[in-house]
Amino acid sequence: MGASQSGREHKFQDLADKTGFSIEQIKNLHSRFKYLTQDEDTLRREHLENVSNLSINPIRRQIIEAFFDERNLGGHEKGCLQEIGFEEFVTVLAFFRPPKPRIPDEEVKIIRKEKLRFLFNMHDTDNDGVITLEEYRRVVEELLSSYETIGAETAKAISDGAMLEVASVTVGQMAPDEFYEGITFEQFMQILQNLEIETKMNIHFWNLDKTTMKCGK
Amino acid sequence: MKMMLLLLLLLGFGCGLVFCDQNHTDPHGLGVFPVLSINYDYVRMPFEVSLWILLASLIKLGFHLIPHLSGVVPESCLLIVVGLLVGGSIRVMGKDPPVLDSQLFFLCLLPPIILDAGYFLPIRPFTENAGTILTFAVVGTLWNSFFMGAVLYGVCRLEADRLASVNLLSCLLFGSIVSAVDPVAVLAVFEEIHINELLHILVFGESLLNDAVTVVLYHLFEEFGHAGEVTAGDVFLGVVCFFVVALGGVMVGGVYGVLAAFTSRFTSHTRVIEPLFVFLYSYMAYLSAEVFHLSGIMALIACGVVMRPYVEANISHKSYTTIKYFLKMWSSVSETLIFIFLGVSTVAGPHVWNWTFVTITIALCLLSRILGVVGLTYIINKYRMVKLSSKDQFIVAYGGLRGAIAFSLAFLLSRDVFPMKDMFLTAIITVIFFTVFVQGMTIRPLVDLLAVKKKKQSKCSINEEIHTQFLEHLLAGIEGVCGHYGHHHWRDKLNRFNKHYIKRCLIGGERSQEPQLISFYNKMELKQALTLLESNSSASLSTAVTAAAPQQRSQKTLNISKVREEEIRKILRANLQKTRQRLRSYSRHTLMPDAEDDDWSETLLRKQRVEMERRMSHFLTVLARPESPPVRRARVESDSRAFAARPSILVTVADETSDGPRESRGPKPSVKFVLDAEEQKLPRCLSDPGPDQLLEEDEEPVRHRD
Repeated sequence: MGASQSGREHKFQDLADKTGFSIEQIKNLHSRFKYLTQDEDTLRREHLENVSNLSINPIRRQIIEAFFDERNLGGHEKGCLQEIGFEEFVTVLAFFRPPKPRIPDEEVKIIRKEKLRFLFNMHDTDNDGVITLEEYRRVVEELLSSYETIGAETAKAISDGAMLEVASVTVGQMAPDEFYEGITFEQFMQILQNLEIETKMNIHFWNLDKTTMKCGK
Repeated sequence: MKMMLLLLLLLGFGCGLVFCDQNHTDPHGLGVFPVLSINYDYVRMPFEVSLWILLASLIKLGFHLIPHLSGVVPESCLLIVVGLLVGGSIRVMGKDPPVLDSQLFFLCLLPPIILDAGYFLPIRPFTENAGTILTFAVVGTLWNSFFMGAVLYGVCRLEADRLASVNLLSCLLFGSIVSAVDPVAVLAVFEEIHINELLHILVFGESLLNDAVTVVLYHLFEEFGHAGEVTAGDVFLGVVCFFVVALGGVMVGGVYGVLAAFTSRFTSHTRVIEPLFVFLYSYMAYLSAEVFHLSGIMALIACGVVMRPYVEANISHKSYTTIKYFLKMWSSVSETLIFIFLGVSTVAGPHVWNWTFVTITIALCLLSRILGVVGLTYIINKYRMVKLSSKDQFIVAYGGLRGAIAFSLAFLLSRDVFPMKDMFLTAIITVIFFTVFVQGMTIRPLVDLLAVKKKKQSKCSINEEIHTQFLEHLLAGIEGVCGHYGHHHWRDKLNRFNKHYIKRCLIGGERSQEPQLISFYNKMELKQALTLLESNSSASLSTAVTAAAPQQRSQKTLNISKVREEEIRKILRANLQKTRQRLRSYSRHTLMPDAEDDDWSETLLRKQRVEMERRMSHFLTVLARPESPPVRRARVESDSRAFAARPSILVTVADETSDGPRESRGPKPSVKFVLDAEEQKLPRCLSDPGPDQLLEEDEEPVRHRD
């Protein structure tokens, strides 16, 4: 077991360098990964669907898909994997790592762009680089899906209004013949620039070990 | 300017005369029937109160009329100076100026300010930073009190000759009074400098929550002062007392908040007294907490925070506006009065000036504050995701202003137990003056100098709202995947609990099932409609100017494929009807049937319909057939720009020249029918005029613009 231990340490160190987590955090995430997959080596969709917390989440489908989306894993391919390993698991979770303090503005911009790119990929389900009206509509519908009494029409009205807002804010002048395809990534960044994503889209990674051991989810 | 000063001085003299006048002519002195007599005693009390409030309001008015002054000097400083002048003029006339009565202060002047702060407290940043705020409030205030008390005691021991009578307990008591950051002063100064939300909520939240600590320490040391000695058991009881005071205050506030929310569920037939319930329940919460020596401020905050989401869902729009304006008015008047009285009390009270004591106090205040903030931030930053930079720490430390609460607490001390009360009062007044004048005046240039982030102009953007909610769910989900019970997990749980159980009880009618996104969207629509209404009813622009403008205005089309056009139109029409219903719940109220009011609400409805109509027609600018020349123009002003800048109107002109969508024109007549006589011009825009009528089209909507 000694050889595999040191091999694993080496791998953890590589992962830590690549994603920015500390060795402690990588180890905690590894034990969580093992717990989720029930000691197998790869994570599949059904493993994530077993997480009870996710079953009541209105956007669980998109969250699960995000783990298997190739665009989030650093490659330039598009498409979905069927199963991922620990490395991909950590890569996806690295999007939620809080930025280190006292970093220059350019790095903050890069981090913000990465996180927004993650959100964009979650919305753009057909991988064409543009969020169309249909896709946006589905986003709003899923957000409202936990309220049974709300009809689909209200969701559509809201998403239509939102698309309208994006178009008018970002595009400005359009020739009469132009067809507004959908929201591109640059426009997406522009309308959400006030949200300060890099301060909001973070979770703590420091007390994983206690909870994974205790809670039997 | 000179007129203003003269007016103010005259008012001051008038007040002085009024207060000094002890005589009243006897109306029944002579045997002749008195045609005109004076009986001042009858109205004395309300007259004086009204005169003071009038003086305060006129002074506030005067400040804002003087150009440049309000930009340089914060209002609180000016008010204290005016108080000094008034007190001085009263003293000159040989009478005793009134002192800030503690009972008046705590029962009448302080609650409106705190209720205003608590009701409009921004909940999201408050809960996100709750740990930091609590640490600063509790640990920071404790550190300040003990550090100041101990060092002052040491200094008093050294300066044995004049300060020998000051024992340790008195020093600790003094330290606890002086170390608390004052919400009134913080509000007064920070409101004018517009720093970013995080820093504002940190300092402000701390000033609100440290009340519990101050109350406990104050009563503790006062009791010990009476008793004479302290045991370890007493200290332990003190700690228990702190928890009782804080949590008890919050619970009392919460109970009253729930009561208020529940009452508001049934007020649909008596809309006129809805605001009264809000005020009364909150004030009762404050008084009930004060009965048991619990923290009244925390009770008031808890009551406002708990009741707000439910009350706002239940009450009418006008009641909401009433509550907002009454709270702002009362808190503004209270604040003005407090600062004026501070100035007057400075002139009034007996002063015992001791150079050593006062200077050491001021120096210690600054020192202990800086040390406390830096030390605590070092620990807090280990647990925060968004760390506090040193610039932030400086603003937090520098923004720790002391105010009238410290003065009133010191005023309540009994002179027998604390013979050095006057010295304390003098020192406290000096500290207050120092923080308000020096720190208050210099914080604005310092903020600019250090380039601290300012408050962002918040635009109501439906996209941001959608994504904020999306992020909440996303983060809760990721936390679930990681197996981490964090901040988002608990917030999610609380929201779900709120939705399933609480909202059903406390919100009447159909609103209880409404998700936040929908209410946000409807609020946005309503705001837009109101803006439209106000802009239309205000002065009209010259049509010549606006007629020329459209030619240069940016023109834009939003073409959506024909396949979607039909369903979009159906959706928007359905939404139109729903929004109309929503509006009725806002604007219909059982006030005395007032013709003007009905007109107002009706016009509001009409404007709302017009708005929706325009939006709908905007979506109708579709490329019907490839071969027909697209003779359509749609001018759209963004929603968010609609009320960030001057209220501009969503103007759309659509024309369909082809025969294609003729069958889809079926639904249109119903829409046209909805619009009333006043807007009958507009439907013509939606029907299909030929290309030659374009120019007329462009001018039509112009008339309706601001």
